[in-house]
Amino acid sequence: MTADLVAYAQRLGDDALVLAQRLGEWSSRAPELEEDVALTNIGLDLLGQARALLSYAGEVEGAGRDEDDLAYLREEREFTNCLLVEQPNDDFGATIARQLYFSTYQLELYQALRGSADQTLAAVAAKAAKEVAYHRDHATMWTLRLGDGTEESHARMRDGLERLWPYAGELFEADEVVQRLAAAGTAADPASLRDGWDRHLDATLAEATLARPDGRWLPGTGRRGVHSEHMGYLLAELQYLHRLHPGARW
Amino acid sequence: MSAGVATETARGLAGQVADPEIPVLTIEDLGILRDVVVDDDGNVEVTVTPTYSGCPAVDVIRDEVTRTLREHGYGEVRVRTVLAPAWTTDWMSTEGRAKLAAYGIAPPGQPGRAGPVPVQLTTWRPEPVACPRCGSADTREVSRFGSTACKSHHTCRACLEPFDHFKTL
Repeated sequence: MTADLVAYAQRLGDDALVLAQRLGEWSSRAPELEEDVALTNIGLDLLGQARALLSYAGEVEGAGRDEDDLAYLREEREFTNCLLVEQPNDDFGATIARQLYFSTYQLELYQALRGSADQTLAAVAAKAAKEVAYHRDHATMWTLRLGDGTEESHARMRDGLERLWPYAGELFEADEVVQRLAAAGTAADPASLRDGWDRHLDATLAEATLARPDGRWLPGTGRRGVHSEHMGYLLAELQYLHRLHPGARW
Repeated sequence: MSAGVATETARGLAGQVADPEIPVLTIEDLGILRDVVVDDDGNVEVTVTPTYSGCPAVDVIRDEVTRTLREHGYGEVRVRTVLAPAWTTDWMSTEGRAKLAAYGIAPPGQPGRAGPVPVQLTTWRPEPVACPRCGSADTREVSRFGSTACKSHHTCRACLEPFDHFKTL
């Protein structure tokens, strides 16, 4: 059970860490200054969640690894984030599509985890749920503006939603780790998050005059450390400084 | 000095440490100072909670609390960060709200109304925030995310000044 808990805290932490890294890439490049600030602030919230979750994973593991060891010194195959969060930012429409899919899922997840039998996970989730409610609002408002905006913004939002759709399914998969932890009341059963996710997504897309993508969901491989070709580049940027100057501090 | 008096004094000292990002507020005003305990040897354990998970001010606050207490003759100072129960803007003192407004930052919604409000898609309107400069309610939210994690960015249509609002959480 300890190994399961380590794996679970780590994958939740990896989701948050990798998406924080992606959002940080928007710094100085967003379509407007306010959006630059918004996307990096959302990344900062996620980074804070990642720190709490990875610290906890290291603590439960008991092998003396801290948050930095886990973030900076693991190899690609040891990261267990879902494939959705590592997908490139692409254009702003695709970034908002990724935010809409992920923050809607993450809000359902954290709300469910507030009742986790594990007190630390419950505490992190209770704190983070309030932050992620703002992230989902942000993604929702942009989806409405882009979808119900100009022909160009509508097309870009639609393309982003369609391009990232295949990766959404992994969010609701449950491997044996999650099944065992869910049975024990520690993890949230991903299938139970689906209704809330569908409801918010469908209502948002309808209001935004966008169709729900009808493509198929790809089976996820991120939870067992098999990533897309984008992951190596992301990790290179994330880990470069720490590996070059071990223990570097600001 | 008895442990009880020492604890009260230590709490007063720690509570006066200013938030590095909103220096008009102390950590007592913000409600993020959760507990201060002094043992018989003069060692102190201080418990704080972050406003947001990723709030970068927490590290600076930890250093400042430690420095302040050490300067006043306390022994070892340990600053613990706890996440539960999760901080809410309800914990900000009335005095803190007044200081924020005087500083030009619209304070968070009234206690008891805390928490982000889920978007109601067809009827959703941002909660009106009064301009801290001229008091007008005719303001516009520019961005939900402002200069720090805890603030949003607004503009007043009456006096045309931009201002920050401490988000209700």
